[in-house]
Amino acid sequence: MARALGGAAVVVLALVGCAAQSESPTGINDPYEKTNRQMHAFNKGVDEALFKARPGQPRTIDNGFVRSVSNVGSNLGLPSKVVNSLLQGRPEPAVKNTFRFLINSTIGLGGIFDPAGSSFSLPETDTDFGETLAVWGVREGAYVELPVFGPSTERDAVGTVVDMAMNPVGQVLKGADAAAASTARVAGKVADRKIHGDIVESILYDSADSYAQARLLYLQNRRYQLSGQEYNDAQAWDPYADPYQQQQ
Amino acid sequence: MPRHGIPMLTLTSSSNERGLSRAGGRRAFLRGGAALAATAMLPGAAFALNDTQARALIGKAVDDVNSAIDSGKTGPALYALFESIFVKYADVPTIARSALGVASRSASPAQMAAFTTAFRGYISRKYGKRFREFIGARFEVAEARQVKTFYEVKTVAYLRGQSPFEVLWQVSDKSGKDLFFNIIIEGVNMLAAERTEIGSMLDARRGDVNALIADLKTAG
Repeated sequence: MARALGGAAVVVLALVGCAAQSESPTGINDPYEKTNRQMHAFNKGVDEALFKARPGQPRTIDNGFVRSVSNVGSNLGLPSKVVNSLLQGRPEPAVKNTFRFLINSTIGLGGIFDPAGSSFSLPETDTDFGETLAVWGVREGAYVELPVFGPSTERDAVGTVVDMAMNPVGQVLKGADAAAASTARVAGKVADRKIHGDIVESILYDSADSYAQARLLYLQNRRYQLSGQEYNDAQAWDPYADPYQQQQ
Repeated sequence: MPRHGIPMLTLTSSSNERGLSRAGGRRAFLRGGAALAATAMLPGAAFALNDTQARALIGKAVDDVNSAIDSGKTGPALYALFESIFVKYADVPTIARSALGVASRSASPAQMAAFTTAFRGYISRKYGKRFREFIGARFEVAEARQVKTFYEVKTVAYLRGQSPFEVLWQVSDKSGKDLFFNIIIEGVNMLAAERTEIGSMLDARRGDVNALIADLKTAG
């Protein structure tokens, strides 16, 4: 684990070293489109085999059980988010997520319930090492679609690897407990996939080009998360000033 | 363990987990922007559309959407209701033209009219199908601010069991009426998404606009 972290640190330093202060990225930078599309086809096949709703089944499954599986998974993801917030120099979300973790792990019975969100106004603040890299000034890089993980960018792909290596819960728990925690996190992701079944399946199976649609939506949503705003006003799209809009 | 577990999950899970928890900076930014826009408008009041009108339009649209969801209608009856709301509050010809992109330049007026009608139905079915997700949802209209020549109205959506999230509605009076032309949910821009989708459909039909129109009548 120490070696993995060391390796990750080298990669990160190399990235930071060559990165200028990142301006807000726009547009789609996808030089690996050919291989990305192959990966997309693979991911879609995996989703179709494992998760796609069977004919007659609802796409979205959202009930108390699925929610609690999702809750346990996201609760176990909180320590890593706390570490990332600290690495970003953002103490407030770190403190909030810490209290959220303590409340839901105890009163919430190991994260099955979410009293922190429902009674203490402590919703999860989402973050990850990809965001930490962005805060440190690393550029977004090209769009990539990762196996199983799906849409990403070069920066977020490194973030995903570092988050896996860092895994604070895995550092504390040993043996069977660590394995159980990992299993619970995977189960939580499966539950999330079912809770959001309508939107995920409309993108994957109803789009004319699900690769292009997923790429666009991922980049827009991710940039929004990282910048806290949709775009600069200067980049706002005004269809009334758009050449395609001119009446003939 | 990874944060993103399965394909496409990043997009959906994070948009729900995030909510408004980190929107403080943005809100301050918006307030500042609105204040600036307000002062800029004082001398000439050059814009026919104002903050109050833009908010009022979206307030009415949101009320209609809410009562459509509460009506208990499903399937084609619900889609028809959404289509009438869409026609009433959105600048459908502009949205359709923008979604068709470059091809709208060479399309004939008859093709544009047929495309716009087909597009309207397609949008209503596509988003109408997903409205189950919004049952019990509540939209609150927050502030509006000026961007370029139009207004952006912020609403906050409260969904069952989820952190609230932002939905932005862009409103213009360039069509001669106050109408919205774009919806942005957590950074995801409807106009851009539909432009990509319609572009992909057109590519799959080798640029044949008539084939696109025919298929759009049942798509969504």
